[in-house]
Amino acid sequence: MNQTQSKGRRRRGTLLEKAVQGIFTLLGLISIACVALITGYLIFSGIPAIREIGLVEFLFGTTWYPSTGDYGILPFILSSVYGTLGAVVIGVPIGFMTAVYLAKMAPQKVRTVVSQAVSMLAGIPSVVYGLVGMLILVPGIRSLFHVPSGASLLAAILVLAIMILPSIINVAITALEAVPKEYEDASLALGANEVETWFRVSVPAARSGIAAAVVLGVGRAIGETMAVMMVSGNKANMPDSLFQSVRFLTTGVASEMSYAAGGTLQRKALFSIALVLFVFIMLINFCLNFFLKRNKER
Amino acid sequence: MRRKAYKFGMKALMLLCAGLVCALALFLIGYVLVQGLPNVTWEMLSTGKSYLRQTTGILPDILNTVYIVLATLMVVIPLGVGAAIYLTEYAENKRLVSAIEYTAETLSGIPSIIYGLVGMMVFANTLGSCLLAGALTLAVMNLPTILRTTQESLKTIPDAWREGAYGLGAGKWRCIRTIILPGCVDGILTGCILSVGRILGESAALLYTAGFAHVVNNIFTAMRTSGATLTVALYVYAKEDGNFEVAFAIAAILMLLTLLINLTATLVGVLFEKRRKL
Repeated sequence: MNQTQSKGRRRRGTLLEKAVQGIFTLLGLISIACVALITGYLIFSGIPAIREIGLVEFLFGTTWYPSTGDYGILPFILSSVYGTLGAVVIGVPIGFMTAVYLAKMAPQKVRTVVSQAVSMLAGIPSVVYGLVGMLILVPGIRSLFHVPSGASLLAAILVLAIMILPSIINVAITALEAVPKEYEDASLALGANEVETWFRVSVPAARSGIAAAVVLGVGRAIGETMAVMMVSGNKANMPDSLFQSVRFLTTGVASEMSYAAGGTLQRKALFSIALVLFVFIMLINFCLNFFLKRNKER
Repeated sequence: MRRKAYKFGMKALMLLCAGLVCALALFLIGYVLVQGLPNVTWEMLSTGKSYLRQTTGILPDILNTVYIVLATLMVVIPLGVGAAIYLTEYAENKRLVSAIEYTAETLSGIPSIIYGLVGMMVFANTLGSCLLAGALTLAVMNLPTILRTTQESLKTIPDAWREGAYGLGAGKWRCIRTIILPGCVDGILTGCILSVGRILGESAALLYTAGFAHVVNNIFTAMRTSGATLTVALYVYAKEDGNFEVAFAIAAILMLLTLLINLTATLVGVLFEKRRKL
């Protein structure tokens, strides 16, 4: 009697265990399912418009004017690329130097304060960046360079350069701190001063991690929407000059979403823009993982 | 001589850059607070938008933000914690683990506008444009955050605890319930704080999933109706209405909330660090 009872309980126990394991397995697979869903969805809804317009026409057409049937997104692609490059050119040196300072040179107290400032920069919502950019950068550019409107590629580049700083700084600091102390001690013992040690020993040793920081910054910049939308003018021009009002891939998606009617080619083309953006992001992710992995292996 | 110049030049450059970063943060905080705080009045905080009296209140936007934070956390915590437990406690297949970790990385790299687009098609098209659709979209977005922080703290739980539980005759589920989950509370909490910060700042993913309405609702009605959060409201007031006073007031509130979240995150980190050492 007693035996059968405990047997029954044990069986219920294993049943429960099996059920729990099943639930946790399902939960574990959710992130795979989400990525599969998003990828599948974008491909599935992005391909039809590209086929209708023609891949070359779509990717390399220089005019976006849906009412006359011109669906070329080269202006968006180039604006995104130039904007990101510009942000990286400005943001990476500043972020890199700050990271070296914080990881190697700063006294503990200064470090705490500066780190707080960095995490504050990371926490500020992108619409707030956009708002400040609208009211300071845009008028500033207009009066400084005597151009008709300050809402331009340059304004977007400057906002993005600030916005990518925290990601670059944080990842680079982690990489720099992981450099074994023996490397630095050896360099100091050989007569190099501390600055030479940081830049000629620590930085090269942490190069994969620093590369990852740059790639992460690129990803942040190319994916940013709201701040760019608020300062870049949002006209589908080719980015011929820094003062041109431009539309990025992200802002292209956001602004088409609001007024493209369902079922039209313009609506379908919106998904194709998102697909192109997604391909860029996946390439960047791939690079990021590559560098992070190499950093770990070292 | 050249070495000395290099040394001082580089040091000056580093100080300059770090100073610039600090100055930028201080300037942004100061500018937004100075421009925004004077516009924050009790009337604004406690009323909705009234076309009749020509006043703009942000109470509905505040409520919507609170609702969406709560709803998102309620969805994402079980998912994220469950996934983390699967990865550290159950998963045996190394390839599957790295596939899950890779996809989580991918999710955290996807820009919010893409979430907005897919969320619009998947959630808003089936549920209508409502806070629930927004919350579900944000839940997917924040999944990697909760997953990562929980996983980090699960890794620090000593195997001896698990062995002790099994030795006393506990099954796996009992061990998870009584040993593992209480042990990773700090990770879950850190993840929550990070997620709240991200949800507060999110706008691109919400524009076309949660909508733009400014109506005061209770949480259950609000879940099924369209509503703007603070960030979305800021965008609409600044970009579409040109109402910079209200926009700056919202920005100042968001700034204070960001400060608060950063402070809490730091405090929680210090607190748990201390407890770990005991």
